[in-house]
Amino acid sequence: MPLLKDGKLVDDGWLQLDDDAVLPEAGAVVVSLARWQQDRDHLIARTGPVGVRLTADQTPGLIRADLDELALVALEFPAFTNGRAYSYARLLHRYGFAGEIRAVGNVLRDQYWNMQRCGFNALEIEAGETEADWVATVTHYSAPYQVAHDPALPVMSLRERRMAAAAQG
Amino acid sequence: MYRYDEFDRSFVNERVAEFRGQVARRMSGEMSEEEFRPLRLMNGLYLQLHAYMLRVAIPYGTFSSVQMRKLAHIARTYDRGYGHFTTRQNIQFNWPKLEQVPVLLAELADVEMHAIQTSGNCIRNVTADPYAGAVADEVDDSRIWAEIVRQWSTLHPEFTYLGRKFKIAVSASDFDRAVIRFHDIGLIIKRNEAGEIGFQVWVGGGLGRTPMIAKVFNEFVPQEDLLSYLEAVLRVYNMYGRRDNKYKARIKILVHETGLEELRAQVDAEWQEIRNSSLKVPDYEIERIRSYFAPPPFEKLDAVDRGFEIKKFENPEFARWVNGNVVAHRQPGYKIVNISLKPEGLPPGDVTADQMEELADLAETYSFDEIRATHEQNLVFAHVKQSELFELWQELGEIGLAMPNIGKVTDMIACPGLDYCALANARAIPLAQRISRRYADLDKQFDLGELKLKISGCINACGHHHVGHIGLLGVDRRGEEYYQITLGGSGAEDAAIGSIIGPAFSSADVVDAIESVISLYVELRDDNERFLDTYRRVGTAPFKSRLYPEKLDAAA
Ligand code: SF4
Repeated sequence: MPLLKDGKLVDDGWLQLDDDAVLPEAGAVVVSLARWQQDRDHLIARTGPVGVRLTADQTPGLIRADLDELALVALEFPAFTNGRAYSYARLLHRYGFAGEIRAVGNVLRDQYWNMQRCGFNALEIEAGETEADWVATVTHYSAPYQVAHDPALPVMSLRERRMAAAAQG
Repeated sequence: MYRYDEFDRSFVNERVAEFRGQVARRMSGEMSEEEFRPLRLMNGLYLQLHAYMLRVAIPYGTFSSVQMRKLAHIARTYDRGYGHFTTRQNIQFNWPKLEQVPVLLAELADVEMHAIQTSGNCIRNVTADPYAGAVADEVDDSRIWAEIVRQWSTLHPEFTYLGRKFKIAVSASDFDRAVIRFHDIGLIIKRNEAGEIGFQVWVGGGLGRTPMIAKVFNEFVPQEDLLSYLEAVLRVYNMYGRRDNKYKARIKILVHETGLEELRAQVDAEWQEIRNSSLKVPDYEIERIRSYFAPPPFEKLDAVDRGFEIKKFENPEFARWVNGNVVAHRQPGYKIVNISLKPEGLPPGDVTADQMEELADLAETYSFDEIRATHEQNLVFAHVKQSELFELWQELGEIGLAMPNIGKVTDMIACPGLDYCALANARAIPLAQRISRRYADLDKQFDLGELKLKISGCINACGHHHVGHIGLLGVDRRGEEYYQITLGGSGAEDAAIGSIIGPAFSSADVVDAIESVISLYVELRDDNERFLDTYRRVGTAPFKSRLYPEKLDAAA
């Protein structure tokens, strides 16, 4: 599946490991929460980064204590209308997680701006879509109304700046 | 009232452009209906029984004459000359064509209007007290805070795909004119002993198939913490609210299943994490928004106007309208005028394009160019000079909008029902019309006093039947339209959910049944006692035996 990372189509260097698949000696792997909990020590001991994939019913609180060991957390959208993972991404950032937060599942470009604003930095997208299609959806708005994870200044702060500038000039 | 600045203006224009692109992708087949559906819903576009319906937002119900004229134009151009005011202080238009909608939205954007979040599983258009800024009993103008919530909730990246719709209302008084206790979040503005403003936060109210009264989650959230508290509630709801069953997905079910104490603790824990973040509402922004809601330039007038008193004395019809529809204003010499959209025999909440234009002119002349829509599907002119009430009344009479029935039995709420809505079991509007004809006699209506009758065409309860003093719910009985009667509900500060009184009545019998209920009230009431109070005093038994005498015989 094509991977859009920080707005660019890139090769996905991560192997999605099924729960019953043999663990390779090296290389980056993403495992389910169940496998992570079962094979935790083994996964940490091997060479190569580890990621955990959470379903929409699994909150990041479940891996909070493990985040130092992880380089990636994949958050699943079982349907694009199930928006739990937006909050999960916000929480991961608040827990201090600095690795990749990847949107997987029913990931559509009309939700890209929301995902970016909540702190997803990678998305698994449908084959055949171009970078330009995706990037176009995050440039619709010049400024959002509220603060979120992204650095975009909300309208409220822009107003304050303008007022400050007017007061000076 | 609030006016867009450059930021608001570019935002709505950008929204229109985005939706234009989405419609084009849908029409070319590039996007499936399944993918398009939530996107169009978040722009207020529903697919109904016969055609599309567009719901236009009127944030906290306040709008101007220029906006009303635009709505008239839209009614003429895209609907069949009507607009329909809803119970969420919005207006709906039927029959727009999909390909026309982007143009329609662009026209709305020209007058600082939109249809953002009037539908869909997101934070809906925020509602407020329709008497805000005019009534004496308010702590603060609830529209200021509703506007702050509107901006924060608009296209919120985290809360756009919630488990279900999410409704927020703001009020500032001990009198609840905004159905606070039946919202996902209801905010009541309070002042603490130090004179600071804060919010009593009610969470988990709602109607629908599981009606519930909201619970107080926090007695006093200081004003600067409003958004962090809301965000904490929404985040907990977004993460833990049920997604497996749409009828159990509202926050009221989460409150019920998790338990008040536990859920409140979760919200508090989340709130403490984010309370001291950039979610704090800065004073300059509060003041900036407050300045838009500064009182209009009132004249200094005496509280008593002789001319007005004389007119009332000379003209009993005028006096009756004043008595029924006009309420006290905090500024001496001014009044708040309710304009009933429930004339005899017409669909509740419907206004023609011609009437809209007249109303726009009247608001300009008599009420500082400002109109309010109420959740009871009526309109309000909030600031009318007492000395001009007579002229206003005459002019309203000329366009058929001087019905003095506010709060009376014919001032009904009715949902679109089977005439429009794909989910309906039964018609609501024709029933409302039959009831309003039965009680056309105004003397009779005034004798009955306050009586809130509300009709829903199905259990989704868009007509708020659970909180009607008398509620009517359309049910399907082997393909026939039947109506179940509930008694004793209230959406006000004395909030209550009505009780089902017994088996449903056929469409042919239901109006007689309502009349039996009302006549019994007249027999049983003490002096000046409202229907609701009599019902609360005597209980359901007398009403049951009046409505179902045969059951009583069988039991004897
Ligand atoms: S209550 Fe039912 S019939 Fe009435 S508008 Fe809502 S969904 Fe439709």
